[in-house]
Amino acid sequence: MVSLIIQFSKYAIIILMAIYTFQSYIVFSKRDEEDKEFLFLRQNLMMFMIHFIAYVNMYLEMEETELVFFYGAQFLYLAATLVFFRNLYPRASKLVVNHMCMLISVGFIMITRLSYEQSIKQFKIVAISTAVALLVPVVIRKVRVLTKWTWVYAMAGIGLLALVAVAANEINGAKLSFAVAGISVQPSEFVKIIFVFCIAGMLGKAKSFKDIVITTCVAALHVLILVYSTDLGSALIFFMTYLVMLYVATRNSLYLLAGLGAGSAAAVVAYKLFYHVKIRVQIWQNPFADYSGSGYQIAQSLFAIAAGGWFGTGLFQGTPGNIPYVEQDFMFAAIAEELGGIFAICLILICMSCYIMFVNIAMRLSNRFYRLVALGLGTMYAVQVFLTVGGAMKFIPMTGVTLPLVSSGGSSILSTILMFAIIQGLYILREDEEEQFERFRERELGSRGYYEP
Amino acid sequence: MRDSERENWEAGDTMNRDIDIPEFVSYQEYEQPYYEEPEREPKKPGHNNKPVTKKQRNRTYGRVAYLFSAMFLALVGYMVYFNVKLTDELKANPNNTKMDEQKQYVVRGSIYSSDGEILAGTNVDTDGNEERVYPYGNVFAHVVGYTTNGKAGLEATYNTDLLTSNTSILEQVDKGVKNQKVRGDSLILTLDSRLQQVACNALGAYRGAVVVMEPSTGRILALVSKPDFDPNEMEERWEYLIAEDAHSPLLNRAMQGLYPPGSTFKIMTVLEYIREHPDDYMNYEWNCEGYLTNGDVTINCFEGEVHGYEDLQASIQHSCNTSMANIGLSLNISQFAKLCNDFLFNSKLPTFLPYSSSSFTLNENSSNGDIMTTSIGQGDTLVTPFHMALITCAVANDGVLMNPYLVERIENTEGIEVSSSKPMQYKRLMSSQEASVLKQYMQSVVEGGTASSLWDLGFTVAGKTGSAEYEVDGNTGEEENFSTHSWFIGFSNVEDPDIVVSVIAEDGGTGRSAAVPIAREIFQTYYANMQY
Repeated sequence: MVSLIIQFSKYAIIILMAIYTFQSYIVFSKRDEEDKEFLFLRQNLMMFMIHFIAYVNMYLEMEETELVFFYGAQFLYLAATLVFFRNLYPRASKLVVNHMCMLISVGFIMITRLSYEQSIKQFKIVAISTAVALLVPVVIRKVRVLTKWTWVYAMAGIGLLALVAVAANEINGAKLSFAVAGISVQPSEFVKIIFVFCIAGMLGKAKSFKDIVITTCVAALHVLILVYSTDLGSALIFFMTYLVMLYVATRNSLYLLAGLGAGSAAAVVAYKLFYHVKIRVQIWQNPFADYSGSGYQIAQSLFAIAAGGWFGTGLFQGTPGNIPYVEQDFMFAAIAEELGGIFAICLILICMSCYIMFVNIAMRLSNRFYRLVALGLGTMYAVQVFLTVGGAMKFIPMTGVTLPLVSSGGSSILSTILMFAIIQGLYILREDEEEQFERFRERELGSRGYYEP
Repeated sequence: MRDSERENWEAGDTMNRDIDIPEFVSYQEYEQPYYEEPEREPKKPGHNNKPVTKKQRNRTYGRVAYLFSAMFLALVGYMVYFNVKLTDELKANPNNTKMDEQKQYVVRGSIYSSDGEILAGTNVDTDGNEERVYPYGNVFAHVVGYTTNGKAGLEATYNTDLLTSNTSILEQVDKGVKNQKVRGDSLILTLDSRLQQVACNALGAYRGAVVVMEPSTGRILALVSKPDFDPNEMEERWEYLIAEDAHSPLLNRAMQGLYPPGSTFKIMTVLEYIREHPDDYMNYEWNCEGYLTNGDVTINCFEGEVHGYEDLQASIQHSCNTSMANIGLSLNISQFAKLCNDFLFNSKLPTFLPYSSSSFTLNENSSNGDIMTTSIGQGDTLVTPFHMALITCAVANDGVLMNPYLVERIENTEGIEVSSSKPMQYKRLMSSQEASVLKQYMQSVVEGGTASSLWDLGFTVAGKTGSAEYEVDGNTGEEENFSTHSWFIGFSNVEDPDIVVSVIAEDGGTGRSAAVPIAREIFQTYYANMQY
């Protein structure tokens, strides 16, 4: 009987997810604000229904009373986040808020299914991160000097990364994290934000080719330190983000091409020089050559996606736990296995919608620095999604980065929520501007004695 | 605010700025971002740096959005490709244990022969204990496979299908409510239990293999390998089966056994000769004196027989070694190698079952000795009985090789078809003219050559025998110790061929002594039982 309910549930979840995804695209065709508003509310309904159905399934499988309270807490969190963002910042992009909550709720579901213990930790981090994030727009609004600390950002970023490279604990062959007061912190996640501020500041003020050379050197230093600490995923994310920011700031596609050329050349050199790069490429070419060794993780990921097919096995009906580090690096495979390929495709499309919205927000900002920040942070997000999803399917070599907001991992969650909040904050800022401008126009016109209704 | 208005404003209409600021508005309030410096591109030598309009800027942002959208859509595209193309192969990967989870919900489906005999089925007792039973024991051992001590054969290849239930929703709901397992789907094979049984009996105590196929469709009718094993007793007999002196009973010799092809390979040599002499191959002439020496290599005909004057057909009919060696020396070797590669030597075979690739190693630098021995089917050439069956199928089917298949269809437990195989052309290997010449030559082998014992069956047969010499390992004497595998490849009803048979009997001596009688029994059984 239980397995029957789960089988029916999985189709219901897929349909709800498909509707949600569809709505996030047709919203662009809606002109009327009220229509949009109604659509966003329906999206929230889809999310809560998916969340509810998934928890019913998990309760039937786990038969833990605690799960009921856990569900309640998550429900309250999601509802509160939606309400707070709507009311404290009524002009924030509701689509992005919806997506953020959707991705977080999918993360809640999958992590609870994979490891109940970890999911409680995850929930606490998400809640704290969101509380911190609600302050971000206030900071952006009030602290004007944020735009001027360029070199502070550069030194803080490089310093933190260098510290990681030298002193971090080695886990799983890569030096990524420190233990601070019993909590494992992964500084590269926060340097992402600092890096974008730093580059936006430098490029925003760049007046000559010399400025661009200096900025490129600063960015290159970040990337090289990350390569040295064998954090190839982050190195790629920083590199791609820099290229995009450079392109947008200079509007010169030659830089983009030259950057990609230099990146490819560097990749070939890295392949020749570093053993760990070579291994990654080899398992990408054939994970089954060293099945029980280096290829095991990606092979299990591929088996998981294959087992899921279009409709998935249903929650608790698959074995995503076979993939080592599934909650961090292979969340996408776990989702594809149990919730299905269609659901996974919807997830990709939601991430794409997020990015489109980020670029949209960036485009509308009138301050150059903040425009670059919004685009840079958005690009960080997009590259990371591309790397982790592409890696799990063996579309590109595996780089071992998390699926933002969905994967477990405290630093990743906090930094991603902050990134979302900063972009939202900038959006709010630009709405403020418009308001001010309208007032300014009115006053100006009024003083001259004109009035336009 | 209208767009045009905004654009103007944003483009930085600096000239009017001072005039536009009303005095009562403090500058501070509008410092950010209203009056920031108009955006300019960083200076490039020799360029006049014009302010950037909003339109230009948005175009750049748009391009970035398109680029990343393309990347995301590539991910979606690959996910679709993954589900359409890669999933089946991954599910069949021997390392993949995912499907075993399904055992909790699904009783493994059954496997039937094309004539409705059950070849593998799962009995469930009243306590819910399951036992996999193979009623035919050894007969279908290699092809059907087993599920204890690992998986092999079709049980491994079609593991996913056997553990998937496509039964009706009602049935699934019913079983679900009662907390009962559903039955997995069944495989209906192309194998015919009577032909398989006869092939198995006819091979008798020989080690070796038999492959029977329908050349016009690619259906495999029988697939036997010996020594064999009883899949019902895998656990009890495992130690014995993997023992070193057991002659690898688990190996499916039909698909994975690599043998020298012996004289059966001569059809390849002859075909290459025909390709190189399309207009005058019928004028080929050779005087066989029983031996041919080139350098330090001497090729003898079987038992030193002297065949005298022969044309191409007679060379095949008598399986004349000296004539073939002579032809081989005249061939363009790189062309010959290309022909063999086209005939699937050194390449993949169209099948899902595990197999070994055949090898053909001649190249431009090969010595005359190697060329001569290879041309008569010795040398380094190695083939599987299945591969020889495919080549014979192409000859029988006017040069076209059909995709070989073993599973006719998959049915759910209520007998409703889930999927089925359709005959599909794999590749044209030779022109129909070439095929008909080879057919004619192979028919002459039966009508007065090395397989003449097949002429009196009441239907026409074409074929080619082979006696493949190989060096026996571990000989201690000074003399080299050789033994001979007995080969036959051929087909019946030459005008419109019905079945192709490929037989090898290890250490069976000449083709005519062991392999031909086995083929004879198979042909007879086919026409006695089948009402086609």
